[in-house]
Amino acid sequence: MQKPEFIIEVNHVSKQFEDGKYALNDVSLQVTKGEFVTILGPSGCGKTTLLRCIAGFQVASSGDILLKGEDVTQTPPYKRPVNTVFQKYALFPHLNVFNNVAFGLKLKKENPETIKKKVRRALKMANLTGYEEREVDTLSGGQQQRVAIARAIVNEPEVLLLDEPLSALDLKMRHDMQIELKELHEKLGITFIYVTHDQEEALTLSDRVVVMSEGKIQQIGSPTDIYNEPQNCFVADFIGESNILSGTMIKDRKVSFCGHDFDCIDEGFGENNPVDVVIRPEDIYVWRKEDEKRGKILGQEDDDYEDRVPKGKFTKWYGTVESCIFKGVHYEMRVLTPDNYEFLIQDYHEYLPGTEIGMLVKPEDIQIMKKEHYIYNYLEGEVLKNGKVRFMDADWDVNPQQAERFEPGTKVQVRVPFRSIDLQDYEEEGTLSGEVHFILYKGNHYHLTIRTDTGYDLYVNTNDVWDDGDRVGIVIPKNDILISELQSEETENE
Amino acid sequence: MSKIIQIVSSRRTWAWPYVLFMALFVLLPLVLVAVYAFTDIDGHFTLHNFAKFFSHSEAISTFLYSVMIAVFNTLICLLLGYPAAYIMASADYRTPKVMAMLFILPMWINFLLRTVATVELFNICGLPLGEGALLFGLCYDYLPFMIYPIYNTLQKMDSSLVEAAQDLGANRWKCFWKVIVPLSLPGVYSGIVMVFMPTVSTFAIAELLTHNNIKLFGSLIQDYITTTDLLNYGAVLSLVLLVIIGVTSFFGEHDAKEDQKGGLV
Repeated sequence: MQKPEFIIEVNHVSKQFEDGKYALNDVSLQVTKGEFVTILGPSGCGKTTLLRCIAGFQVASSGDILLKGEDVTQTPPYKRPVNTVFQKYALFPHLNVFNNVAFGLKLKKENPETIKKKVRRALKMANLTGYEEREVDTLSGGQQQRVAIARAIVNEPEVLLLDEPLSALDLKMRHDMQIELKELHEKLGITFIYVTHDQEEALTLSDRVVVMSEGKIQQIGSPTDIYNEPQNCFVADFIGESNILSGTMIKDRKVSFCGHDFDCIDEGFGENNPVDVVIRPEDIYVWRKEDEKRGKILGQEDDDYEDRVPKGKFTKWYGTVESCIFKGVHYEMRVLTPDNYEFLIQDYHEYLPGTEIGMLVKPEDIQIMKKEHYIYNYLEGEVLKNGKVRFMDADWDVNPQQAERFEPGTKVQVRVPFRSIDLQDYEEEGTLSGEVHFILYKGNHYHLTIRTDTGYDLYVNTNDVWDDGDRVGIVIPKNDILISELQSEETENE
Repeated sequence: MSKIIQIVSSRRTWAWPYVLFMALFVLLPLVLVAVYAFTDIDGHFTLHNFAKFFSHSEAISTFLYSVMIAVFNTLICLLLGYPAAYIMASADYRTPKVMAMLFILPMWINFLLRTVATVELFNICGLPLGEGALLFGLCYDYLPFMIYPIYNTLQKMDSSLVEAAQDLGANRWKCFWKVIVPLSLPGVYSGIVMVFMPTVSTFAIAELLTHNNIKLFGSLIQDYITTTDLLNYGAVLSLVLLVIIGVTSFFGEHDAKEDQKGGLV
C-alpha cells in the first residue's frame, strides 16, 4: 500500500449554514505528518468551523476531508483518529482528574493496569503529576487546560486539534503554556492543528500558518513568509503593524508611491499597474533632517547615524513626527509627510513630535501586492422604467443621459468609483444601509469594505474615520453611477 | 429622618412580614402537630399515641402501601419524564416550546378539577376506577414536576461536554450513559423529591379516582384529624410522614451539587 503523503487533506470544503451564509468557502489545505499548523483569523472567519469539520462535529456541505488518505467527510467524530482540546476545556465535572484523562482509554476497554500507566504518563507530560485524585473544579484555569491536553494526548491520536486553547488564560500563563505546547509537540511528534485569533501565538508556535478571513484561506505559509511577504492587504493588516499604501508599479523593480519612485525587488506586476505597497514600521530607517543639513552624515552628535542608516542610492523622503509613544523596547511614531501621507514607524530612538525627519526603506523591505480592486465597484444592474437603475437590491437615481441609452429591463454593468460613495451617519439617510466590515488605512485615506444589508460588499475610499461595525447609510451621487453594456465575465481584476 | 429612611429601605425591615407569616403559618402548625402528637386528649404528656401507631397494623400497612404507590408513581414519572425532558432539551428550538406548552397547559387548571375530569374520562371509556386509575391520575398530575427539573439541567449542560465525549471515542449510547445521565442527576433528584413527597401525602386524588376504596396515608390522617377524639393520633401520623419527607428531601439536597441544582420549577 502506498503511504499517503499527507495526514490531513481538506479538498474544496464548503460549509453553508441554513441562512445561506458560507462559514467555509472552497477551502483546501494539506497537512503533512508531524506538522504544527495554525489556522489564524479574526472571529467569525470560519477557522473554528474548519477545525470542527476535521474533528467531525460539523459535516461539510461539499468537498471532502481525508485523514491518512481515507475519506472521513461523513465519519462520526468518535471513529476519527483525532482528539480535540476544547476552548473552554470541556472537562467532565462529575469525574476527577484521573477519570477525565482515562475516559477515552476506558471506552476502548483497555486493561486497568495499562490505563493507569498511560494516564500517569500523560499527566507527567502535562506537568500534572500528583493531581490524579483532584476534582476538576478545584483546579486553576491553567491546570484545567493541562488536564484537557492530557485527556486528548493519552489516546495517542494521529492529530491533535486545539481550538483556541489558551484564550481563557492570562497573559503570563499563556506565554508559559505556549512554550509547553511547543515542547509537547516536539516530544510527541504528532500533528498539531491549532486555531487562534492571536497572531503572535500563531507566529511563535507554528511551522505553517493558514490565514483565514470570511470563510476563505487568504494565505498559507511559514511565519516569516506570512509576515514578510503578505499576499494581500488583509494578511498585511492582520499580521503585525504595517503601512499599506496605494502605488503604481512603473516597471519591474520600480514602484511609485507617496509621490516618490522607489527601487524594489518585485517583478511581474506589469508596467504602470496599480498595486498595494506594504512596509513594516520597523523597516523604515529614520534620522534627523537637520543632521543631514549640517553635513553630519558621519554624525558627531547622533553618533550611530552612520551604522544605523544604510548607505547607497536609496530614495529618501521626509516628514514631521506627529506623535511618539514609548512601547517598551522601541518608540512608535506617526510621521506625516508634506503631501499628507501618514507613516507608522518603530525605532529604538526617540524623535519628539515636531521633529523633521528623513526616511528610507531598503528595496527588499518593500512588499508589493497585486491590487484586489482598483477604482471602481463593478456591479450588475437592471435599468428600470422610471429612469432608475436597480442594483444591490435597491433602486438608485442615475443621470438620465446614462439611463436613456438603454431600454427599461436591460441588464447593465454598473460602475461606482470608490471615492464617490458617500457614507451617512444615519442609515435612513441612505438609499441603502450597511455596516462597516473592514477598514484599511492607506497612508492618506481609509479604504473601507461596506457590507450592505442586502448582502453585497462595496468598497469605499474616504477621509472620514469610521469604526468596525458602524451602521451607515449609503448615498451615491447620480452622476457617479456609470452604466454600460453588460460584458460577459469581465471583472475588475482582468 | 435619615434613620427612618435607612430603616424603611433596609432589606431586613421588608423581611419582617414574611417572617411573621412563616412563624404563624408554617412554624406554629408544626409545633402544634408535635404538641398534639405527644399529648392525650386532656393535654397531658404521653407516648401512648406512638405506641398505638406501631401496634396498629392497618395504619402501618396503609403507610407502606402509600409509600409503595409513591415509589411507583415516581418511577413511572421518571421513566416517562426523562425522555420527554431529553427530547425537549435537544430538539430544535421550536419543538420544545410547543412541548413545554402542552405539558404546562393542564397545570393551569386546578388539580381537583383535573382529577374529576379524569374520573369522567374513565367513566366515558368504561374503564374501572381503582389502583390503575389512581396511578394514572397521580402520574398525570405530577409528571411536569419531574420533567422540568430534568429539562433545566439538560438544557444548561455545556454541549461541548457531549462533543468531548464523542471526540474521545464515545458513541451516542455511551455518551448518553457516561456523560449526559451523570450530569443530569441533580435534576433527577429534584424531580424525585418533587414527585415523591406530594404523592406520599396525597389523599383527594385517591378518594376521587378509587371511589374511596383505596385509602392512602393522607386520607387516613384526614380521617383521624377530622374525628375529634382521634386528633392526637392523627398528629402522630402526620409527624411520621413529616419525618419521612424530611429524610427524602435531605437526601435530595445532599446529592445535588450546589451549582448544578435542578431548578425546582
